[in-house]
Amino acid sequence: MPVSSVPKYPGGPGAAPPAASALARRGFLARNPSVLWFLGLLAALCLTITALSPALDLDMVSTSFIKTLGKTLCLCLAALAMDVVWGYAGILSLGHMAFFALGGYMIGQWLMYARTEEIVLAALASDPIPPTAAEIAQGVASQIFGVVGSSEMPLIWTFADSLPLQLALVVLVPGTLALVFGWLAFRSRVTGVYLSILTQAMTLALSLFLFQNDSGLRGNNGLSGLQNLPGLSATGQDAVSLAFFLVSAAALGLTYLLLAWAISGKFGSVLRAIRDDEARVRFLGYPVEGYKLFVFTGTAILCGLAGALYYPQAGIINPAELAPIASIYLAVWVAIGGRGRLYGAVIGAAVVSLLSSWFTGGRAPSLPLGFASLDWVDWWLVLLGLCFVAVTLFAPKGIGGLFDRWQGRRSPDRKGAPLGPDDGALQEREASE
Amino acid sequence: MSALLEVSGVSVSFDGFRAINNLSFSIGPAELRAVIGPNGAGKTTFMDIVTGKTRPDEGSVTWGERSISLLKLSEAAIARVGVGRKFQRPTVFEDQTVAENLVLALKSKRGPVAALLYALSAQGRDRVLELAQEVGLADHLPRKAGELSHGQKQWLEIAMLLAQEPRLLLVDEPAAGMTLAEREHTTAMLVEMARTRAVVVVEHDMDFVRRLNCKVTVLHEGSVLAEGTLDHVTRDPAVIEVYLGRG
Repeated sequence: MPVSSVPKYPGGPGAAPPAASALARRGFLARNPSVLWFLGLLAALCLTITALSPALDLDMVSTSFIKTLGKTLCLCLAALAMDVVWGYAGILSLGHMAFFALGGYMIGQWLMYARTEEIVLAALASDPIPPTAAEIAQGVASQIFGVVGSSEMPLIWTFADSLPLQLALVVLVPGTLALVFGWLAFRSRVTGVYLSILTQAMTLALSLFLFQNDSGLRGNNGLSGLQNLPGLSATGQDAVSLAFFLVSAAALGLTYLLLAWAISGKFGSVLRAIRDDEARVRFLGYPVEGYKLFVFTGTAILCGLAGALYYPQAGIINPAELAPIASIYLAVWVAIGGRGRLYGAVIGAAVVSLLSSWFTGGRAPSLPLGFASLDWVDWWLVLLGLCFVAVTLFAPKGIGGLFDRWQGRRSPDRKGAPLGPDDGALQEREASE
Repeated sequence: MSALLEVSGVSVSFDGFRAINNLSFSIGPAELRAVIGPNGAGKTTFMDIVTGKTRPDEGSVTWGERSISLLKLSEAAIARVGVGRKFQRPTVFEDQTVAENLVLALKSKRGPVAALLYALSAQGRDRVLELAQEVGLADHLPRKAGELSHGQKQWLEIAMLLAQEPRLLLVDEPAAGMTLAEREHTTAMLVEMARTRAVVVVEHDMDFVRRLNCKVTVLHEGSVLAEGTLDHVTRDPAVIEVYLGRG
């Protein structure tokens, strides 16, 4: 388009050489310095734990500690997904732990079915006549569902005997739920706190449904014994838990790479633009609802995968895992860690969930206050709540903000003197970066 | 010359108040048009209808050679067929750099997958540089848009509109908050843009409209009161009564 004939901006630099550096194509790692640090630290953690694990000879960390670490890595993975959907796209979903739990249920179905089948086969092996397929299925069904007073295999267990199909369901079930829910919500332009309430309602409804005995997933008993891998009964839990820990670490590392790639380019730019001014993005021609649906569904699938890795390490899943509070915790982790930066989400999830299991595990010493003693099992939630309020009020960038300070990058002080005449103009200190 | 945008018989009411009343308007593919009118004449509502933000109660809005109805399209789809809009207050993405703002606006495929796989081509880079130079922001490409002054934000938004390569540009009070020299540059730019595309300028400032030297549409109470050259409409007794006579 011929615009060059127009006189140059008055007082502007005119023929001055343009600062092309802002557009120069830099390498992926140059744009994302945190990726190398993150992967390096993760690899170091894996090597250390492997070397010290009971599976090898040194035996300096316990199997239960490895399990805790492995589960924490899965929570970090869910937090990464939450950070993208909330910190970057600005959708405060308070239902992502529902997708996490659904992933767990899907893998749990196979684990429980295959394991029970092994037990039933072993029990029937002593019979003089080899058992028929119907007898085996009957045996498995009454073993699994006896606890809810049924001996029939519900329809949703159709694929439970096949690992590949259940693995596909780990992706498909959370993905489809998120797609349908997101389509309905975003199409009606539900945003902000109303969307958060809707997602809470979704996870609550799902949880209440699963609590029913006839939901087909054993009601409030949930699925248990998931730590026993079918076909690997000879392998000790020390080796299994180490393997799960390493797989969880690999999944976390790969997801970090994938998400860092996705948000460092134009896609991330569009997401942040949607977060900051959705209407303007629409007038640029971007299908805002499509982007939201894409991110909501994609992160739901990531949560499902994280759940599928988490619950075999936890050993049990029940409908309480879908309680609304679980998804709120996820948001709290990301907020405390620092949203809008991937490593912030990981730090928040790791620090808060590890502290949480330390405080509620009964190992934290009680504080004697003379008239009463402060018992951390009861008071940990109060402390967490206070931390959340403090972070929101005094350190909106969370723990991740410390890295800015460390690098000498100053945070915007929105209470300072504004540089521009508009609301939202960056502040003096920020501009001097 | 067939019209690029044809608005006919459009009416819209908000809670019984008729903001737009049987409005008809058309503009050719390469034309500059100023829309003036007192407060509440329906100028902004008119732009909202064209860009899909507001759905009219009746009437039709058709676009292009094949006369597509814009009323069935979403805001994003209307932007993609080639309608660009410049708001009164500068709206740029303050948290992102000037370069990122321009790349966002640059004409390209708009879907999520396309954005994931997007890589700025050498051509696109040249275009961004050219636009930045055009509006005097070449030295500010790596800065965050939020740090820019009010006037610079206006320029950035204009550059973003150009990057979008719209066929119709709706500009709401472009000269607000600009210095005299900046106004002159804006005028020159709008006139230049109107050589290859349709430009509708909504403006209060008669001085600025005179400088644009183009056909003027006067809106009053949601419909067209007069249309023609500025001299023609300013002589119209009806216009003098409702608008100019007040001052």
